[in-house]
Amino acid sequence: MAKKILTTPITAEDLADIHVGDIIYLNGHITTCRDVAHRRLIEEGRKLPVDLDGGAILHAGPIIRTLSEDQYEMVSVGPTTSMRMEKFEEEFIKETGVKLIVGKGGMGEGTMRGCRDYKALHAVFPAGCAVVAATCVEKIEEVNWKDLGMPETLWTCKVKEFGPLIVSIDTHGRNLFEENKVTFNQRKEAAIAEICKQVSFIK
Amino acid sequence: MTKDEAVARLTDIIAKFVDYTGKVLPDDVKKKLRELGDQEDTPLAMAIYEAMFKNQELARQLNRPSCQDTGAIQFLLKCGAKFPYLGELESILREAVIQATKNAPLRHNSVETFDEYNTGKNIGKGIPTIFWDIVPDSDQLEINTYMAGGGCSLPGKAMVLMPGEGYEGVTRFVMDIMTSYGLNACPPLLVGVGIGTSVETAALLSKKALMRPLGTHNPNERAAAMEKLLEEGINQIGLGPQGLTGKNSVLGVHIENTARHPSVIGVAVNVGCWSHRRGHIVFDRELHYTIDSHTGVEL
Ligand code: SF4
Repeated sequence: MAKKILTTPITAEDLADIHVGDIIYLNGHITTCRDVAHRRLIEEGRKLPVDLDGGAILHAGPIIRTLSEDQYEMVSVGPTTSMRMEKFEEEFIKETGVKLIVGKGGMGEGTMRGCRDYKALHAVFPAGCAVVAATCVEKIEEVNWKDLGMPETLWTCKVKEFGPLIVSIDTHGRNLFEENKVTFNQRKEAAIAEICKQVSFIK
Repeated sequence: MTKDEAVARLTDIIAKFVDYTGKVLPDDVKKKLRELGDQEDTPLAMAIYEAMFKNQELARQLNRPSCQDTGAIQFLLKCGAKFPYLGELESILREAVIQATKNAPLRHNSVETFDEYNTGKNIGKGIPTIFWDIVPDSDQLEINTYMAGGGCSLPGKAMVLMPGEGYEGVTRFVMDIMTSYGLNACPPLLVGVGIGTSVETAALLSKKALMRPLGTHNPNERAAAMEKLLEEGINQIGLGPQGLTGKNSVLGVHIENTARHPSVIGVAVNVGCWSHRRGHIVFDRELHYTIDSHTGVEL
């Protein structure tokens, strides 16, 4: 199977034949964007300093080494729990035209609607693989909203084959984590029933 | 060696060891991850394991902590009552953490409660956490080091069951955590279960269970059988790497137990993530050390 690589700017057509569970990689640009940036755009109505139309965001708070006044190096970057941004994400997708959201763990109904109606994906980067992620970053090209501090700053990174990214919400209304949860719970109940037959130590 | 020299030496070795354990996983975890990875046959699970292995390789090559969350540092000690530096140990461990934080570098993960500020040094009131076991008639110091990440600390839970709920109740307690918070704690997980008489005995046992090398069993036959049953049961859920489905869910299940009051069963769960950064180092009274969690370490 050929590696599926998306390149920014991403179009709705690029996403049409991608489904939950697919593994994709990203070339081009991705901007770290998490709690406060979402809040500023949606709740305070401030304009984002980065044009995300056709772009990608990463829910993450990286460790950056400052090399000089405007030169930075990505030391370590791992995804943070996406669910924290759930409250804002549907609006965020609509407002910005962002096409790829990368984070950790699943997201909910709102994001699923946003991805379906405005054509975007949510994907997860395997957590705990911070060095792989950092070495996919070729260069930090733009830095915005530095007043938010290192973790919350919008770091726009030029990336090469950033991934593996596992698609968890696609443009067709499917949500992998939600679907898995149902299966997991069914299997869990079966396993509990089986174990309980064998642990009646108190008689 | 003067006392000052000895203190400096001990501090230095522990600092370097903590730094090292943030970059290289212990032998048993590495071996188990390989074993679990080899069983997977879907592109999804295989790609995730591949990323994990590549990450560990890069972390070693580039000398960087392998996961960005280097945890709150914890030490579980078995200190001989005759170990010559017992009195200095607490300050030695704090100083070692400060050094490791600077040199590794480790992420700043110690926030003072109520005052709610990050100390920036990975130390604080009660951090690093130090659990003491004093061993009479010994002059050795045995240390388990552990990086307790946020994601893998989150599923931790303790409660006291009524005996009527029995080990069946214990089973449900453990299993429910697997599909709620366990899912997002970066499986495959190491599941530590403590069974005792109250919340704090159970909770401490559940953490100690995570310090046991993989593949060891509880000496009690029934407890060992229950470890196996839970391991098989949780694996059947098929959480897979990162909770994205796969053939297995866990690195292992370890139960530690004590006696209980007849009216209660205290139970607790602690989990370790795939990036289970545990280290084990033993010092003699001359401060010669042996490391058995990782082979080929040069500090
Ligand atoms: S759960 Fe473990 S591997 Fe996952 S992000 Fe936290 S420390 Fe890293």
